[in-house]
Amino acid sequence: MTAPFDLTDDSVVVIIGTGAGGGVLANELAQKGVSVVALEAGGRYLPQDYVNDEWESFGQLAWLDGRTTSGDWRVAKDFSGLPAWIVKAVGGTTTHWAGASLRIRDHEWKAKTHYGALEGANLLDWPIDGAEMAPYYDKAEKKLNVTRTNGNAGLPGSNNYKVLEAGAQKLGYKEVSTGRMAINSAATEDRPACQQTGSCFQGCKWGAKWSSAYTDIPAGEATGNLEVREKAHVLKIEHDDSGKVTGVLYADADGNQHMQKARIVCVAGNSIESPRLLLNSASSMYPDGMANSSGQVGRNYMRHLTGSVYGIFDKPVKMWRGTTMAGIVQDEARHDPSRGFVGGYELETLSLGLPFMAAFLDPGGWGREFTSALDQYENMAGMWIVGEDMPQETNRITLNTDVTDQYGQPVPNVHYSDHANDVAMRNHAYDRGQAIYDAMGATRTLPTPPYPSTHNLGTNRMSENAQEGVVNRWGQSHDIANLFVSDGSQFTTGAAENPTLTIVALAIRQADHIADEMGKGNL
Amino acid sequence: MSHDFRKMTRRQLLSRGVAVGAAIVVGPGFIAGHDGAWASTMDALKPETMATLVQMARDIYPHDQLADEYYVIAVKGYDVPEAVDETEAGISALDDAARAAGHDSYLKTGWEKDRVAILRGIEDTEFFQKVRGGLVTGLYNQKAIWPVFGYEGESYSQGGYIDRGFDDIAWI
Repeated sequence: MTAPFDLTDDSVVVIIGTGAGGGVLANELAQKGVSVVALEAGGRYLPQDYVNDEWESFGQLAWLDGRTTSGDWRVAKDFSGLPAWIVKAVGGTTTHWAGASLRIRDHEWKAKTHYGALEGANLLDWPIDGAEMAPYYDKAEKKLNVTRTNGNAGLPGSNNYKVLEAGAQKLGYKEVSTGRMAINSAATEDRPACQQTGSCFQGCKWGAKWSSAYTDIPAGEATGNLEVREKAHVLKIEHDDSGKVTGVLYADADGNQHMQKARIVCVAGNSIESPRLLLNSASSMYPDGMANSSGQVGRNYMRHLTGSVYGIFDKPVKMWRGTTMAGIVQDEARHDPSRGFVGGYELETLSLGLPFMAAFLDPGGWGREFTSALDQYENMAGMWIVGEDMPQETNRITLNTDVTDQYGQPVPNVHYSDHANDVAMRNHAYDRGQAIYDAMGATRTLPTPPYPSTHNLGTNRMSENAQEGVVNRWGQSHDIANLFVSDGSQFTTGAAENPTLTIVALAIRQADHIADEMGKGNL
Repeated sequence: MSHDFRKMTRRQLLSRGVAVGAAIVVGPGFIAGHDGAWASTMDALKPETMATLVQMARDIYPHDQLADEYYVIAVKGYDVPEAVDETEAGISALDDAARAAGHDSYLKTGWEKDRVAILRGIEDTEFFQKVRGGLVTGLYNQKAIWPVFGYEGESYSQGGYIDRGFDDIAWI
């Protein structure tokens, strides 16, 4: 069969979501000759469609369906209906991501072993490690054409980077560079070189940044084995009397509902929607939700430590010019409990345009303390803290039955409270970040609270033992053999690195496994 | 924001206006800048209410280098019939708070620090939070003010910054 596929075709693999996980998995399977139907809740936008205007782009790309929040995180107060800043579009959040492509470190794969028992933290070792993942990271770095791998040059340093680099070096930091970025430092056959345009978060209008929207998705479609259905919002996964999944119920752009049969279903809707879908797929056989015999579906929600530091100088920086996140200090990413916390963090360059700076610098803030900082916008440098936050069972996605979405389904509630380790690490990072800018003569520094989450992780976590998590080492659910999870919700722990490269590497590996098992007749 | 502010200018009416605040003239059916540089006709709100709202907006997000017209544009959305009751009530409460603090009205409270103290007293109200929240986009998403802050907006149409100073910092 070649695409398009019939609703009744039960030989297809159905993938829900087309971002770093689903989009890559769809292409990898299609390249192997597997028939794939990818259902994407959002529409299709390509570089010519992206708008490099913050609010307009937000309206075009962001996932704005209803969500609620709770917990002591400030996002619940300041952005109560917007816990996450992620994308609803073909390509998912790979349209919005900034491109930082880092491998998880050896100690982070085994967080419980290295960090020990931590009160309130639901730590666990991943069932896989860096050695097992190395060949897949190699493939992922090649696919994304990551700088400083495969002989690629690094990106040149922007003004914002130069401030970070010089300040970090004054403090004695050694691991300072423009980082490993999935943004072309030189043109390739399918992507031009970075033109230092800024606006990376609004979608790269050059297509210099890797996004599954204009790489893996069209490559998969070109095989004839992949059909992407846009504006197809999946409502429920169905199963038969034996418990195996048989297909998915989805609503199309007009709200009409369809049932797509499936041989295998792979869930890749990001760490909020993926557990929500499993919970909304509860049945008499699975009263607590699908794949949830462990009770871990939706739990251990992680979002990275985050926080930002902005420094104001007496001279211009113009931080918005150039690649947004091509700048990193990695010395603090080590595990060194003498600092007062376990795990580590990365410091990465960041800039927001004036409109988003006004929205995110100090949400709810007003008066001259606030506006005198914005007055110095041109003289600001900025960095983002990406640190490992602790998995906690009580930080979780649940169904909020008091609020329903446009399909009448309960919306997800995102509950998050900082662990004491998170607070200690963030305070350390604020201090170091401020010291970097102080070393460069900053006249004022601003320790800025976390934004709505972009790194949503851990809500269908991978575990060796079926009682401790939702999926096994392949992302296959412990409970149902032909149900997989293919996004960042698989993460056992969050590590300190931007997660996209790992999501891509896991998807490549999962595609190998699924194709193998299909070939052997096991799936 | 799509208001063409210059088309709303009614300089000929300025002489009939009454100066109430430091910089805003209130006339029948309009408010205007003291220097005649701008004016805005009122569709629904009382001109005094609009003038107070503009001062409130400036006190919430004070940028001395921004002319009043940008604050007027930022709050002009309240000058519609469906927002009148809530806005008039909110500004009336603000004036009550000013009088309770010993002033004639909010607009006639001469020092910013005194007006800010009045605002601090009502900052948990729905009205204050609505006005403040609306200003975050209503003020800062006006492209016309971006150059005042040095922000250059999108650069794709000019080929990015690769040949236009992405790394031109001179003081490091």
